[in-house]
This record gives sequence, C-alpha cells and structure tokens, in this order.
Amino acid sequence: MSVPNEPNPAHGPSEPVAPRAGVLRRLLRDPLAVAALAYVAIVVVASVLAPLLTSQSPTASKIADALLPMGDGHPLGTDGVGRDVLAQLLHGGRTSLTGALIVVAVSLAVGLPAGIAAGYYRGWFDGVAGWLSNLVMALPAIIVLLVVLAQWGRSTGLAMAVFGLLIAPGIFRLIRASVVAVREELYVDAARVSGLGDARIMRRHILPVVVAPTVIQVSQLLGIAIVLQAGLEFLGLGSENQASWGGMLNDAFANIYSAPRLLLWPSLAIVLTVTAFSLIGNALRDALGVGGTAVHVRSRAEAAPSGPVVAASPSPAGEADESDEADVLLAVEDLHVAYPRPDGSQAVVVKGASLSVRKGEILGLVGESGSGKSQTAFSVLGLLPPLARTSAARMEFGGRDLRGLSPAAMNRLRGKRIGYIPQEPMSNLDPSFRVGNQLVEPMRHHLGLSRNAARTRALDLLERVGVADPERVFASYPHQISGGMAQRVLIAGAMSCDPELLIADEPTTALDVTVQAEVLDLIRELQAERGMGVILVTHDFGVVADLCDTVAVMQTGRIVETAPAARLFAEPQHEYTRMLLASTLDDCEPRAARSHPVQNLGGTR
Amino acid sequence: MITFLLRRLAAGVVLVFVIATATFFLTGLTGSDPAQRIAGTQAGAAQVAAKRHELGLDRPLVERYADWLGHAVRGDLGTSWFTNQPVSRVVGEALPVSLSLVLAAILLTAAVSIVLGVAAAVRGGWADRVLQVVSVVAFAVPNFLVGMILALVFAVQLGLFPAIGYVKPSVDPAGWLASITLPALALAIGAIATVAAQTRGSMIDVLRQDYIRTLRSRGLPARSVLLKHALRNAAPASLTVLSLQFIALIGGAVVIEQVFGLTGIGERATSAASQGDVPLVLGVVVVTVVLVVIVNLLADVLLGWLNPKVRMS
Repeated sequence: MSVPNEPNPAHGPSEPVAPRAGVLRRLLRDPLAVAALAYVAIVVVASVLAPLLTSQSPTASKIADALLPMGDGHPLGTDGVGRDVLAQLLHGGRTSLTGALIVVAVSLAVGLPAGIAAGYYRGWFDGVAGWLSNLVMALPAIIVLLVVLAQWGRSTGLAMAVFGLLIAPGIFRLIRASVVAVREELYVDAARVSGLGDARIMRRHILPVVVAPTVIQVSQLLGIAIVLQAGLEFLGLGSENQASWGGMLNDAFANIYSAPRLLLWPSLAIVLTVTAFSLIGNALRDALGVGGTAVHVRSRAEAAPSGPVVAASPSPAGEADESDEADVLLAVEDLHVAYPRPDGSQAVVVKGASLSVRKGEILGLVGESGSGKSQTAFSVLGLLPPLARTSAARMEFGGRDLRGLSPAAMNRLRGKRIGYIPQEPMSNLDPSFRVGNQLVEPMRHHLGLSRNAARTRALDLLERVGVADPERVFASYPHQISGGMAQRVLIAGAMSCDPELLIADEPTTALDVTVQAEVLDLIRELQAERGMGVILVTHDFGVVADLCDTVAVMQTGRIVETAPAARLFAEPQHEYTRMLLASTLDDCEPRAARSHPVQNLGGTR
Repeated sequence: MITFLLRRLAAGVVLVFVIATATFFLTGLTGSDPAQRIAGTQAGAAQVAAKRHELGLDRPLVERYADWLGHAVRGDLGTSWFTNQPVSRVVGEALPVSLSLVLAAILLTAAVSIVLGVAAAVRGGWADRVLQVVSVVAFAVPNFLVGMILALVFAVQLGLFPAIGYVKPSVDPAGWLASITLPALALAIGAIATVAAQTRGSMIDVLRQDYIRTLRSRGLPARSVLLKHALRNAAPASLTVLSLQFIALIGGAVVIEQVFGLTGIGERATSAASQGDVPLVLGVVVVTVVLVVIVNLLADVLLGWLNPKVRMS
C-alpha cells in the first residue's frame, strides 16, 4: 500500500485532467469564496503573528484582574481568572489551526494510500481495510479520545492525531470509491494492457481522479476538526497551559451569568472559521464540477405542483367534425407540451397534436421513441412531470373540459373513468405493498367498497385477467411474481373501476413474445366485453394491425397521418408512415422508401 | 430474516469483543504509572507498590485481561480506581440519563426530518431554505454552543425550562421532559440536518419512480400517494442514516451533558478520563459499543419490516 513518491503527483503531459488553471479563476469569481479565503488568510496571519500582535500572555492569570471589561491594556477585556481575551483569541487560533492540520495530515497519510491500494488491488487488503474502517466507525470518536486522554494525559496534539486516525475511514471510503469507479474505465484497462506498471498507472490515471474529492473533503475535515477540538477543550481535556477557543468557551460557560459577553469572541472565531472552510469546500466543489449538486438541479419550478392543461385559444366553433360528436369519448385538439431548458428556452415535444377516440374504438398512437406519443397520452391523464407546460385548444373527455380541472377533480376521473396500463410491469407496482393492497385501495376510494367487497372484486378481476392462483398473487409482494403476471395485475388494476377510456402505453414491449400475444388478446377481450375506448401507444405495427380500428402516426411531436387501420396499411399517405411500415413489416413496401432520409429521427428531446 | 438477524447479532458480539479487547490493551500499555497517580505525588515507593498490588497492576497484562473479561461477560466491569464503586453500578446509574437524552434526540430527529425532508422534496421553497440553514448551523456551530445559547435564552432569560439538572421520570414525568428538552434539541440539530437531507433526496428519487405515476393514474388522493406509498419507500434509506446518527448522538451527548449538568455516562467518562480512572472509562466504552450493536440490530429489524425483499430472503 504505497503511493509512488515521485514529485508532481498530479498529471503527466497528455492527461485528460480537468484544467487546473481554470479552477482557481472560477473560485475567485465567487464572491463568497473570496470572502471565505480572505477570512481564513486573516486568521492564519493573526495566529502566526500572535506574539507580535499582543504583548499580553494568553495564559498568565491574575485573579485581581478577573472579568475586566474592554479597555486599557486589555482591548477585549479579561476572562474569569484575569487572562487577556484578545491574547487568548490569537493564540487559540494557533492551537485550533495546528490541531486541524494534524487531523488532516494524519487522516490523509492513512486514508489516501489505503483507499488507493484497496480500490486498485481489491482482494484481501480491501477486505481487511474495509473491516477495520467499519470497526473504527462503530464508536463515537469522543469516547475513544477519552480513553486515550485517560491513559496518556491531556494533550491536544495527541488527541488530534488520534482523531485523524479515527476519521481516516471517511477518507479511505471516499478514495476507494473513486478509485474503484475509475479502475473499471477502458483507458485504465488499456494502460494496463499496454504494459504500464502499477505505480505509473496510479500516478498518471488514478491520482488525478482522486485529487478533486480529496480537496473538497479536506475543507470539510478542517471544520469538523476545529469543532471536535473545541468540544474536548470545553470539557477541560485540552493541553494544560495552552490558550484555545474551546478553553475560552469553558471559562465563558463558568461565568455565563456574570459575563455572558465572554461567549461572543470564541463563538465567533469558531463559527466563522468553520463556515469559511465549508464555503471554500462548496465553492471548490462547484469550480471542480464534481457531483453532489445533482439533487439541487431539481429547482423549485419543477417541485411546484404541475399546472393543468391551459387553454391555447378558443376552440374554433364549427371547425370540428360534428358528424358523430355524440359518440366521441375523448377529443384533443392542438395539444402542445413543452419543457423549459436551463437556458430559459423551451423544448417542445408535442406540437399541435389532435386526436379523438369514440366509444368502443381502439386508437393506435404510433411513432418512434421520442415522437411524443407517450407525452400525448400522459397529458390526457394529467400525469406529465411537474415541469411540463401544456396547452390545448380543446381537451374533452365525455363532454367535460379537462383543461384547468383541479387536481381533486382530475383524481375523480383518473382510475375511475380513465384506466392506465403502463409499459414496464415490474417497475410499476409499489415494491413495499402487497399486490392485493394496491388493487383494493383505488376500489375502496372510488367505489366506496368495504374491505371485503373490494377484496372479492379484486380476486374476481385477477381471475378474469388470467391469473391462475388469485389468492396467492393477491397476497404476494411484487418481487415475488413474474413480469407477465405483474402486467396482468396492472391490467386488472386499470379495469378495476370499469373505466370508459383505457390508455395503454406500450403494454407489451417489456414482455416475452409468448406473453405479448396473451396480453394483447386479453386487452381485446376486455375492450369488447366492456365497450371501452382505448388509446394504444405503440411502435409496433404488428400490434396495430392486430388490434386497432384507427391509427394516428406521430413524428417529432406532430400527428402526420390519421386513418382507419385497414386504409393506412393499404395506402399510406405520408412518407414517414411508409418508412415506418417498410421498416417494421418485412414483406411489404419497396426498399425505395428507406432511401428517403427522414429528418430528426431521434425525436425532439 | 431470522438467519440474517442471527448473523448480525454474531457480528455485533464480535465487534464488542474486539473493541473491548483493543481498549483493554490500549489502556494497559505504557502511559504514566497509574499507581503513582492514585497514591499521590507525596507517596513513598512502598505506598505506591502497595497501591499497585491492591489494584492488581503488578500482575502480567494478559492475566489481568483474562480476569477482566471473565468478570465482564458476567456483567461485572470491575471497580473504579478512585471511588472504589463497582463500575457496573456507576454506569448503570448514569445510563438512564444518557438514554433519555439520546432517545429524545432520536425521536425529535425522526419527526422533524420527516416533515422537513418531505416538504423540501415536494414543495422546495421555504422548507428547502430551512433545511439549508439547519445544515449550515449544524456544521458550523458546535452542539454545546447551541446548548449554551438555548440554555441562556430559554432557561435563564425566559425561564421556560430548567438550565441544569436531571429529573427522574419516575419522580416527575413532566419535570423529566422539561429537563431533557433543551439538551435533546441541542443534540438533535446535527442529526436533523443529515437525516432530513437524506429524506429529501430519497423522497425525490422515489417520486420519480414509475409506480408513483401508476398510483396517481389510479386516482388515489395525493396525500395517500405521498405519505403512504412514497414515504414508505423512502424510509429505509432515512432509517439507515438515522441508525448511523445514533453513534454521533452518543458522542455529542458527552459534551451536551456537561453543559446541562446531567450526570450521564458522558459526564462520568469525562471525569474518569481527566482523573485517569481506567476501569470506569473501559466500562463506558463497553457499554457504548453494546448500545451501538443493539441499535443496529433494532434498525435491521425495522428495515426488514419496511422492506419486504429483506424480510422474505
């Protein structure tokens, strides 16, 4: 477990390393970081020059001078035993900074090489080091320090060195994780294959990766060390005859009734110094562009409740096809869905889609991934991510305007009158609840059934969707059933309140081929039985041919063609439809269709 | 699940044994001569030798270890060098104080972290800002300083709580609660910052899961989706972090007890450490490790209850 001890551990000439020069410049552009750095610089200088800045001794006590206010000879007054507060503050800074540096030095000396060796070589050393670090982390550091101090007497330096050992597992784990991650990278493999020695690989490829997280960790560590040291000194376990911030707090606490002002200076010193280190650490994290900020990317805008679909423009009267309006279950006109980009612009993923579903009709919504078909389906359900901004000229379900519907009103439709079958069965059941519970809960909520009635109905439903042993599946957790079974459960869930509209989002894509056919048959049977309208989102023309009455073809957010299924297959009008048909049905259409380049196949997202 | 728990129990016993042994030999090694220290600097060579014999320090280290271990497994942790009281009794009397404090801090942490973490995950806004402030305070302000300020404001100025001392719950339940409120609050801030941040993160992760969208598609009320389903799935990660925080809370209690004049095991350990009372310090270490092992086992049981995959395997 040794780090090659050549100078310049950072990087060789042709390294893919984050540009270092830029880091400092980015750091200095952050005003908070500059302030923090300036403050730390002042503390360091004041500590180093402490003997020059004050002529008072920090430890000389004189009871006659106890608790003097600010004034002559004692700019900040004196403490409970007549020691000069300013001198203690300055000399205490020395103690704190020295202690913090000891902690960092010891924990790096132990954690860094151990982490690199464990992550790079793995094997027995990794096992032993991991076990040891768990052992050390099982005890509160301060208890261990009490043992050490009980044995070897009061010494801040010794305590800080031992604390460095106790906190080394933190460094060890961090470094090990970074090394393990980079070790699997191809370029490290390539270096190994090309015969580079271990020491060289570590110096050129491993160390650079480790530098950034270590630097950030060190800035946190400095703060932790100062706080812990102050705690020990507060307990009266610091070195004797040595000024310290924790010791000052101890004295201030003893005089808390007579001179609470004594609390101010050491508290300020500790809090400001630790905050400064923490700010520097955060700024470094940003400047180095290391992770840890991912969670914050989710802004308040996204966390805000999702807005309802907004009316785009008044629905142009008379333009809609009124031939059999009474039959129409769902009508969507000029639907737009957009997501804000970080730069303030918008990514529009659905651009003016219009579609309608009549009672008992199966509408296939076809397109490649990214064409906006799932986004269209989810906007009908009101289940787009909160960031999404939607608008539509018309969005009616059963004659009711869905635009601007309150969440509660939408909840009364969802699950009860509109059912939803997801794509991936295994990720769509809550892993913490039994299957039966997930079926029963919506029925009790929507239909007001008793627990027993809902249970009976759920078991019937499970039987209806072809589950051989409903009782067992009812009592199972999702991880105990197969994917095909889970999809049947989800279909049963979608059917449980007898919806008028079913939205199925690629319901067979994630299933085995044999199961696919069974599930499609089931959907067809249930549809015929209950006369539901269905939106079937799919990219599979085989499924469309099998099931759908009408087909809407989507490309890059637009519906390019809508036609009865038979006509679409026989005489596709749009070029994109022809291309899709050619690529899915191997026995139809000339290859010529493929030679027309189709733009932006990847979609808009 | 049972096998799993038994394995964890065995690992816990090993942990206690290894740490107790390591601590014993650590304290048995060099350092200043304890017999000289206890007998006093004025004591003559004969007195010191007599003291050494009385404490059994003239026997070989390994023999002393075997003797100590033999008694320790039966619950006898030896005798204090300074007060001659049995260590088990001293620790036994101090333990309820520390446990009251730490358990109150844990309950407080759990309650505040859930509210703050869930609110920050779902709403952002004010909850996010509160969480940020708590994190900064928890990192930069030592908990004993928080304790002193709390005592100064709520006990000394406003007189709402006692500034120091502990009241046994058997004597006065309300007084007991009042006596541990401020120290538990001071102790919990660090844990709240950590656990609430974890809760926020795992809630955000869970709310992005497919099954949450499917549950919403079933028209379930937002409250049920959030508090029944999402929270249940986010809980294991928070619970794991909370159980790790127990170690930090025990450590924090050592200093907090000093501020509020509570005679818990931390206060005992501190005075034992400054006197060099090795048997008492050793006893505190053993009891602390045992507590950590028990809490980890409890956390494992709870995790099994929360996560069916763990429970079934």
